[in-house]
Amino acid sequence: MAKIKGTVVVDTERCKGCDLCVQSCPQSVLELNAKVNSKGYHYSTMVKEDDCIGCTACAMVCPDAVISVYRVKTND
Amino acid sequence: MTKQDILKPENLVYQKTKLLTKNVMHYCPGCSHGVIHKLIAEVIDEMGIQNETIGVAPVGCAVFAYNYIDIDWQQAAHGRAPAVATAIKRLLPEKYVFTYQGDGDLAAIGTAETIHACNRGDNIAIFFINNGIYGMTGGQMAPTTLEGMKTVTTPSGRNHEMNGYPLKISDMLALIDGTCYVTRQSVDKLPAVMKAKKAIRKAFENCQLKKGTSVVEFVSTCNTGWGMSPHKANLWMQENMTARYPLGDIKNI
Ligand SMILES: Cc1ncc(C[n+]2csc(CCOP(=O)(O)OP(=O)(O)O)c2C)c(N)n1
Ligand code: SF4
Ligand code: SF4
Ligand code: SF4
Ligand SMILES: [Mg+2]
Repeated sequence: MAKIKGTVVVDTERCKGCDLCVQSCPQSVLELNAKVNSKGYHYSTMVKEDDCIGCTACAMVCPDAVISVYRVKTND
Repeated sequence: MTKQDILKPENLVYQKTKLLTKNVMHYCPGCSHGVIHKLIAEVIDEMGIQNETIGVAPVGCAVFAYNYIDIDWQQAAHGRAPAVATAIKRLLPEKYVFTYQGDGDLAAIGTAETIHACNRGDNIAIFFINNGIYGMTGGQMAPTTLEGMKTVTTPSGRNHEMNGYPLKISDMLALIDGTCYVTRQSVDKLPAVMKAKKAIRKAFENCQLKKGTSVVEFVSTCNTGWGMSPHKANLWMQENMTARYPLGDIKNI
């Protein structure tokens, strides 16, 4: 059966660690990293890569437009 | 399928619009202003009107909006954005002209300018960011502050006997003959963001249809001024702000 797989790329240096993307993800894919960027913000990171469906919810609510989303249909 | 397999240009479904400049926004983490800037930039990009659009920035946290969206801008004195936008639109009627204003800017010091621009039916879009507080100056009460809401000037909560009632200014603007479209939106969740984006587009389109003034209120958060995390502020907004400022179209003709 065709499945939707997605992934995101976070521009970690521009991320402000606000947590809104983490809270918006229906698949609980994202978390704030224990590490910080050069400004001291805990940036957003994928922790459950396999569960991303590329729905763009995280990217659309990000106030700093730092998330890019990719999505593909697969038969695996 | 690995991340590398998915990360191909043909699979890209969302990225930062090129109309947002490279400047990092000065807003606090999680501020609604950032989301609204992004949506306005996306709509201008999608409509292909980058060279035809002129924004008027307010006084308030968004005073530097001109640093972030790559279009022509004019910065107005506090509350005067609708008057400045009126002048621009009358001199350059073919342009898409919008104001971007906070609740202190639009509903306190700029009340007269706002009402009279709407009463003249000037063919501009007014984007109104209602976060219920004066964000920039450190969290004072705004006309839109909810009853009971604590701010630095209402430390025990807004009380109507002392401070008046939270002003539903969009409802007032909808009563004015010159407005054609008045709507309330939010930007806290994916479906809300998509709706808000449609409202921005409609407001821009109205500018060229000569139907009158369009007002899009964004029921927003100021997590710093409210003393909450961005996520908590969104939940508080959903529960409290939208009870006083219900989302949806107030007028659409
Ligand atoms: C003539 C004048 N009066 C007062 C001020 C101080 N002042 C700056 S921003 C502001 C209010 C901002 O609140 P709002 O419009 O809600 O914007 P926000 O920062 O919440 O987005 C005030 C009173 C000023 N800059 N100029
Ligand atoms: S919403 Fe944006 S800025 Fe906030 S944590 Fe997520 S990626 Fe970072
Ligand atoms: S695209 Fe959707 S599923 Fe993937 S991380 Fe973002 S919100 Fe979660
Ligand atoms: S003070 Fe409030 S409105 Fe201003 S940038 Fe911070 S969160 Fe946003
Ligand atoms: Mg405000």
